[in-house]
Amino acid sequence: MTENAQSTQATASGDNYAVIIRDMHKWYGEFHVLKNINLNVTKGEKIVVCGPSGSGKSTMIRCINALEEHQQGDIIVDGTELTNDLKNIDAVRSEVGMVFQHFNLFPHLTVLENCTLAPIWVRKTPRAEAETLGMEYLERVKIPDQANKFPGQLSGGQQQRVAIARSLCMRPRIMLFDEPTSALDPEMIKEVLDVMIELASEGITMLCVTHEMGFAKTVADRVIFMDGGEIIEENNPDEFFDNPQHDRTKLFLSQILEH
Amino acid sequence: MSEAIASQPQRNIISRLWNDKETRSVIIQIIAFAAIFAFFFFMVRNAISNLESIGKDISLDFLSQPSSYDISQSLIEYSSRSTHFRAMIVGILNTLLVAVFGVILATLVGFLLGVLRLSKNWLTNRLAYVYIEYVRNVPVLLHILLLHGIIVHSLPLPKNALNLGDAAFLTNRGFFIPSPNFEPLFWVVTGLFAAGIIFSIWFSRYAHKVQDATGRHYPVFWINLGAIIVVPVLAYFILGSPITWEIPELAGFNFKGGMVVRPEFVALWIALSFYTAAFIGEIVRSGISAISWGQTEAAAALGLSRGRILNLVIIPQALRIIIPPLTSQYLNLTKNSSLAIAIGYMDIVATIGGVTLNQTGREMESMTIVLLLYLTFSLLISSFMNWYNKRIKLVER
Ligand SMILES: Nc1ncnc2c1ncn2[C@@H]1O[C@H](COP(=O)(O)OP(=O)(O)O)[C@@H](O)[C@H]1O
Ligand SMILES: [Mg+2]
Repeated sequence: MTENAQSTQATASGDNYAVIIRDMHKWYGEFHVLKNINLNVTKGEKIVVCGPSGSGKSTMIRCINALEEHQQGDIIVDGTELTNDLKNIDAVRSEVGMVFQHFNLFPHLTVLENCTLAPIWVRKTPRAEAETLGMEYLERVKIPDQANKFPGQLSGGQQQRVAIARSLCMRPRIMLFDEPTSALDPEMIKEVLDVMIELASEGITMLCVTHEMGFAKTVADRVIFMDGGEIIEENNPDEFFDNPQHDRTKLFLSQILEH
Repeated sequence: MSEAIASQPQRNIISRLWNDKETRSVIIQIIAFAAIFAFFFFMVRNAISNLESIGKDISLDFLSQPSSYDISQSLIEYSSRSTHFRAMIVGILNTLLVAVFGVILATLVGFLLGVLRLSKNWLTNRLAYVYIEYVRNVPVLLHILLLHGIIVHSLPLPKNALNLGDAAFLTNRGFFIPSPNFEPLFWVVTGLFAAGIIFSIWFSRYAHKVQDATGRHYPVFWINLGAIIVVPVLAYFILGSPITWEIPELAGFNFKGGMVVRPEFVALWIALSFYTAAFIGEIVRSGISAISWGQTEAAAALGLSRGRILNLVIIPQALRIIIPPLTSQYLNLTKNSSLAIAIGYMDIVATIGGVTLNQTGREMESMTIVLLLYLTFSLLISSFMNWYNKRIKLVER
């Protein structure tokens, strides 16, 4: 984990960045949802994004794999700029994994088929090979015994772990998490966080929207605080939690700590 | 005291049986079945004895007597000297004709309407919505009568027929279109078509196996389309178009030669199809929109293309929601085709359940036959759809 420490002061050479967001703005109709976002994520860096509900956290990370369109500024993911070119978008999406708050598993496919779908149809992997790969990642998230069940037969925590395995089967270089534990019952949060912590130790680039402060302290290289569509403050986790600079950050932290 | 003890075990058995969930449901079913059977036995026996007392026995002999009535549209050889049985067959074929064509057209238009309803374009969406609401809220009988009225009253007499390129003629007596005469070479085209279907079944399996083994994708859809459609069409032209068309010609007051599509058929077919399509459109729309947007996003985030998302994620899930109510729309269309009698289309009800019944006075027999025929059609349709539903469930599950 020590190698991550240097990443914050990495040189400006574009090769070192997994994600570059430059002067980015987004509107929903008249509503200016993201305002002048600037964020460089170095390769292997772990970033936790937090902020009050409605502050634009989901919208921002969804822009990174073009699930949302931005209207101004640049987003460059792994050297590929996101434009209207569908080829670019597909290329970026197959390199960027995403885990959603509500899992979004495919209910008509078994757990293993959920994992092999994209390798087979996007990467053109032979089925047997895709299944081996799927089982490998199901083992990593510790549910190989559920491979032939349907998502509806699993608990929330198990479903979210399948969703993580499904993304990993595409061997992404960047993983995006949008509040992966906030739809889970408290007793299931740990099993998902454990998987994420293990994943973090493997050098993948991670952007994670979460309010799990323990996770942020263990894993994050940087914590980013958003409010009203802007990045208000960013710092390493120790400084961020112990010594917040802005009033809005202090207010937010006091609210989630009370909670 | 001793009495009470003696009767205790007996009461226990009965109350135990009655309180056992499974035995109780068996008992209730036996009682219900016996009651229904007794009721029908009573009714049928009464009917038979009542009919006998006015000198009518139950008999199907009338079916072999000459019908002595004409039928305007017949798919098989028929004249007024044919038997009532043959008239019934003509009626069955006419019902099947309008039902099969109706189901096909209703499905095509219905799916189109459903997709239009989901379109983000405000105008197409609204137009489809207005169409669906209008059509669904007017009784189908009115649609049939209206369309029939329009065809019969707004189209000209044969001598002033609307001439479509000297080949087809629209009149109020029907649409006269060229009829094909197949030359021997045409069977080559038919053979290629059949071979194309067999090839594409084999090729789909082969492509699947190759994909499983090597990951390689073939454009299965386009190759199959080529085998089934393009090859036979090319062969048709290479063989010098081995169909000669017999063009209808005006002879006296009417057209001779070619084929005629009767206004009653057109009115019934179009009205039933477009009426049922409105319901199917709503079923398709709600089936597809029941699949949450999250499914599309998750698939997109994995890098799947739009077409694949639709084919692999959305449609398999939507079909499961769509098929059961779609089945009941097919049944409705088939049963609604009995409204044919309102415009004189000679279907089952108009032949055996109409003219034959009136001429022979055999209402018990005729009505039973009509009832059994509709029941058979309905059971056939539902069992086919159930089979299809199970199949897609097995494939996708
Ligand atoms: N599709 C949309 N159309 C219009 N407004 C939206 C849409 N999605 C989100 N918003 C608005 O954008 C703002 C930011 O949303 P979101 O990024 O989901 O916030 P967060 O994830 O931080 O809670 C919210 O005010 C939300 O209401
Ligand atoms: Mg959110």
